[in-house]
Amino acid sequence: MFHALVAVKQVPDTTNIRIDPETGNLIRQGVPTILNPYDAHALAAAVEWKQKLGGKITVISMGPPSTVTTIRECIEMGADRGIVITARQFAGADTLATSYVLATLMQYVHEQDPVSVVLFGKQAIDGDTAQVGPGVSIRMGLPLVTYAVKIHEINLEENYMVAERKTEAYNEIIRTPLPAGLTCEKEIAKIPYASLPNLVYSLKYEPEIWTHETPVMFPLDQIGLKGSPTWVFKTTQPELRKGGEVLKVAEMGVGPAVKSVLEKIKSSGVLNAVAGGAA
Amino acid sequence: MTRRFWVFIEQENGKPHQVSWELIGVARRLAGEIADEVAASGEEVLVEAIVVGHNVKSVAEEGLKYGVDNVYVVDDEVFAHYRNQPYSKALVEVVQKYKPEVFFIGATTLGRDLAGAVATSLGTGLTADCTQIQMGAIKEGGPKLLLATRPAFGGNIIATIVCRTHRPQMASVRPRVFPMPDQVTEVKGEISYEKVDLTEDEIGAKIIKIIRSEKEAANVEYADVLVAGGRGVGGPEGFKLIKELADALGGVVASTRPCVDAGWITYDHQVGQTGKTVRPKLYIAAGVSGAIQHKVGMQDSDFIIAINRDPKAPIFEIATVGIVGDLFEVIPAIIKEINASKEVQHA
Ligand SMILES: Cc1cc2nc3c(=O)[nH]c(=O)nc-3n(C[C@H](O)[C@H](O)[C@H](O)COP(=O)(O)OP(=O)(O)OC[C@H]3O[C@@H](n4cnc5c(N)ncnc54)[C@H](O)[C@@H]3O)c2cc1C
Ligand SMILES: Nc1ncnc2c1ncn2[C@@H]1O[C@H](COP(=O)(O)O)[C@@H](O)[C@H]1O
Repeated sequence: MFHALVAVKQVPDTTNIRIDPETGNLIRQGVPTILNPYDAHALAAAVEWKQKLGGKITVISMGPPSTVTTIRECIEMGADRGIVITARQFAGADTLATSYVLATLMQYVHEQDPVSVVLFGKQAIDGDTAQVGPGVSIRMGLPLVTYAVKIHEINLEENYMVAERKTEAYNEIIRTPLPAGLTCEKEIAKIPYASLPNLVYSLKYEPEIWTHETPVMFPLDQIGLKGSPTWVFKTTQPELRKGGEVLKVAEMGVGPAVKSVLEKIKSSGVLNAVAGGAA
Repeated sequence: MTRRFWVFIEQENGKPHQVSWELIGVARRLAGEIADEVAASGEEVLVEAIVVGHNVKSVAEEGLKYGVDNVYVVDDEVFAHYRNQPYSKALVEVVQKYKPEVFFIGATTLGRDLAGAVATSLGTGLTADCTQIQMGAIKEGGPKLLLATRPAFGGNIIATIVCRTHRPQMASVRPRVFPMPDQVTEVKGEISYEKVDLTEDEIGAKIIKIIRSEKEAANVEYADVLVAGGRGVGGPEGFKLIKELADALGGVVASTRPCVDAGWITYDHQVGQTGKTVRPKLYIAAGVSGAIQHKVGMQDSDFIIAINRDPKAPIFEIATVGIVGDLFEVIPAIIKEINASKEVQHA
């Protein structure tokens, strides 16, 4: 049976983040949380393949208790089962500790109910590390396709998948045995509209809550802040350079404005080294 | 004890990625930053590199020219084309043998795919996509650690991350953020081969096809002149005008994310947090509002020109010179002026 396991994360909507000008801290209050956009597309890919092959989709997320709402959103989109991994002891996890917890519990899910593919977003927009997918895959011993833009084939009888990934210079088509790990770009699938039956199902659905003790007892020195080799030493606000003169076309006319700009480039000397430039 | 600063040399078909040399420059600088500690303790510090691939001797030789003390080479047919599992295995084995203190990998598509897997297997900390790198003590009199700094939360804050006890301290570092190092006049380093046992049938992933698009990916990261179009160009047609200006200046077209999302231009042109980091000599931003996620990718350009209708657009806050006006009027005027001055030169 087809079984997709999708790792999703609840993230602050970084387009709406503001910084407290006095303390330099993030103002989290009032910032809406969303399902990480790349994860939504990863889930959409699972939904597409479930439509073709039947089977089921499990979503799993480590995060604060409020993650339950994100899981419900995933159920609306077409997931069948949702698991929230939450406990104070997990807080402060870096990518190493996160991938440890996720890989351990995904392995647990896989042993109960064999998984065909494990899907991740390309990256989470709060940290943008893109490390958790590769980290979990290597821990679980899964062949990995990062930056996946398309799943061409999933063949459960012969136990392989064919997927396409995007690199800077070209696209690569890769065949891997199952189960395999994929980290997904947005192109992988369009977000489906929630169907009425899914909406109804999601309203009643209670996500399963897992902790540091159940169903797996985690050693406390391996999880959360204690299990994280990296920690934030300090944070600052980005220093932005200062702007210079601003020329207004409406006041001086386009010709003089353009001449003045080109003059300024010339006198700055930046273009001397540039072939075919205006200098 | 020997303190080793390591760089992964990324290559494809024997062609090295320039970020590898940039990182050697960083590693050499950091080795200098602990010179006092090394002098006090009588330790030795080495800057070394590792390259994995097939027939990559010339890459290793080029690496030596940037002044590394050793290049370790893992050369075998199974590494001919990059794949996560074999490359991770190779790096993990060699790292475990030499135990470097610091290990850098370029934050390219390949590098980010690899770094996460390697750090996990080594059970160590990794800071992704760094834009500033330093050695420094985190408390008075403490040992110097790698201070790896990166933008977080959509570029709204800059975080400095340390890895206190686990080794190596790993970071993936953005291309084009650090300058190219000078080559050394006399090559002193050496190449040595490392054996990693791995056969093709142990590897799950098989590459069955590589699709190169007809046109080569835009070399946005390494261009001296970039002309960026934003949503203000109005559509794919607008990028023709941007291209015309780029051509007149011998430059390359860049873009913001919404234009890429709308399909007006391909992703290889995107500059910003989720695109490329660039630092050209000249960056012209036309119809670009200057969102933080765009700025973090281009604010280190030498000279920035902003063309925008809206005098309040945040891009003006960082532009060396701003022009408030309609880009469809301003750009053709610039092109005309450039062409006129070229004719004068040729006359
Ligand atoms: C997690 C995350 C990552 C992101 N990563 C990136 C990234 O890597 N790169 C990136 O660019 N963005 C990124 N963004 C998006 C970013 O927040 C902005 O939405 C984007 O940069 C805005 O693009 P823009 O300036 O082209 O469009 P807009 O903000 O819509 O600005 C268009 C500008 O054009 C001007 N204009 C319109 N018509 C004309 C005309 N005829 N003449 C002159 N001016 C005109 C307008 O005044 C306006 O200022 C990211 C966002 C998030 C949340
Ligand atoms: N706490 C988490 N719970 C579940 N999945 C996660 C978590 N953190 C990261 N992921 C997954 O890993 C991907 C990459 O995240 P990151 O490495 O943080 O950029 C995300 O798109 C998710 O699919």
